[in-house]
Amino acid sequence: MDIELLSNPFYQRALATAGFIGFANGFFSGIVVLRRNALSVSALSHTMLPGIALGILVTGALTQWNAFLGALFAALLVGLGSLAVSRGKRIAQGTALGVLYTTGFAAGVAILPRLDTRQELEHWLFGDIIAVGNADMWIAFTIGSLTLLVTTLWMRPILLTLFEPNVAAAQGVHVRLFQYLIFGLLVLSLVASLQAVGCVLSVGLLVTPAATVSLLTDKTSTLFWGGGLVGCLGSLAAVLASSALGIAPGPAIVITLGLLFLAAYLFSPKYGLLATIAR
Amino acid sequence: MTASPPLLKPRAPCYSPSVTALALAGVRKRYADRPVLENVDLEIARGEVVALIGPNGAGKSTLLKAIAGLVPRSSGTIRWRGTAVRKWSREFAYLPQREEVDWSFPITVQGLVEMGRYPQTGWWRRFSKADHEAVDRAIESLALGDLRHRQIRELSGGQQQRAFLARALAQEAHVLLLDEPFTGLDRNASELLGDLLHRLAHEGRLVIASHHDLVSAPRLFDEVLLLATRPVAFGIVEEVLRENIIRTAFQSGTPPQAAAS
Repeated sequence: MDIELLSNPFYQRALATAGFIGFANGFFSGIVVLRRNALSVSALSHTMLPGIALGILVTGALTQWNAFLGALFAALLVGLGSLAVSRGKRIAQGTALGVLYTTGFAAGVAILPRLDTRQELEHWLFGDIIAVGNADMWIAFTIGSLTLLVTTLWMRPILLTLFEPNVAAAQGVHVRLFQYLIFGLLVLSLVASLQAVGCVLSVGLLVTPAATVSLLTDKTSTLFWGGGLVGCLGSLAAVLASSALGIAPGPAIVITLGLLFLAAYLFSPKYGLLATIAR
Repeated sequence: MTASPPLLKPRAPCYSPSVTALALAGVRKRYADRPVLENVDLEIARGEVVALIGPNGAGKSTLLKAIAGLVPRSSGTIRWRGTAVRKWSREFAYLPQREEVDWSFPITVQGLVEMGRYPQTGWWRRFSKADHEAVDRAIESLALGDLRHRQIRELSGGQQQRAFLARALAQEAHVLLLDEPFTGLDRNASELLGDLLHRLAHEGRLVIASHHDLVSAPRLFDEVLLLATRPVAFGIVEEVLRENIIRTAFQSGTPPQAAAS
């Protein structure tokens, strides 16, 4: 690590963005883990690709805003669409999501050759945090701050809803409202991490940190703040290491978080594999 | 557990056992024109442990949920100590069936009991000294002191029920609505829970629990509401659970004794 690199404004922005998104999405990953359907998040993340393609097709240009808004629109459309389709009770929500997101993804793949931006699209697929501009950084900061603020302000009803919706309703929580809120925040968090890790890998940031911490604690608040800490430090370390090792920072972030999870899975004093075998 | 001291001051003198506390009038619930509950009129005093018994699909769970405000009732009124309850009441606590709870949730017994305090604190206010005391009292009252830092999966079935009861006490709820609390408990744990529910009732609460085992009902409950979409009979256990009355409720199919453990 040379000092020259750290004084580079691109690199500074990359570190600031990675650290902040790592914290915000690591914190929010607590909700994803407690909600117990990380796979649906994965489906939503794939939906962002056709969204970006659509944004380009409609506006004719690939800009940050087109990409963000396209991704947001597609994820909301598919997510809320799956909720709407499954309200008829005949189709389970997972089924509806599977149909809608693959259809959307296929449409994105079909549109891609018509767009003259395939090279740049790779940035959106796997992220390109070194190329973060000021505008990207502020978009990420704004969305991250919003999800953090809303989640901490309404932490109690959110936890009640996630733990047991029936008991939550008996305590006066408007359960459906909070389920939609959680869902909306989830989509926003996915979009916020586009620039850092891209659509395909964004799920890693939104699942792995709290999954790691859940192996180490029985306290709900620790799951969230610990998830934020793991996400932040893991992302910073990964960006620093990636330039030294010569690998792309996006994958480096997700690999680092995955390795931390593996370590917790093996060595957690209470829930680790080794502790379980020793018992 | 029966020897443990009563919660707060003894409440027995503070209420009159003969006065109606919970009153249901014309409560109905329909799902897409299919009646699940019809004309439930009911008046219960405090201090009772009431069983809800009836065949499958009789509306036991729905009635509990309708009282707790989990499912909106199609019509009818519910009053608690003279005051109409519109959607939900802090006075009512709902305890779900054990299999509906995600026991691997990273939460300790103390954290679970603290959740019961949220209706008092609202979404933002910090826990005051009084809140912490209410949580401690609830935990002590249900003899969970040694288990308060355990994750909830590390409890036995009976202890899990007690943890949810402690949560209800922290909420200072006076109507405890339990969905099949005795399911999956062995005989010893059932007796302990039964004694506990009587103690809580004696302190001035009203306990209503759905139950499927006619054999153990007289041992565990004071009164029974026999339900088959509409109330068939309500009264003390020995009077209601007589063969001809049961046959009316269980017209189709056999009484659930055979299925009970």
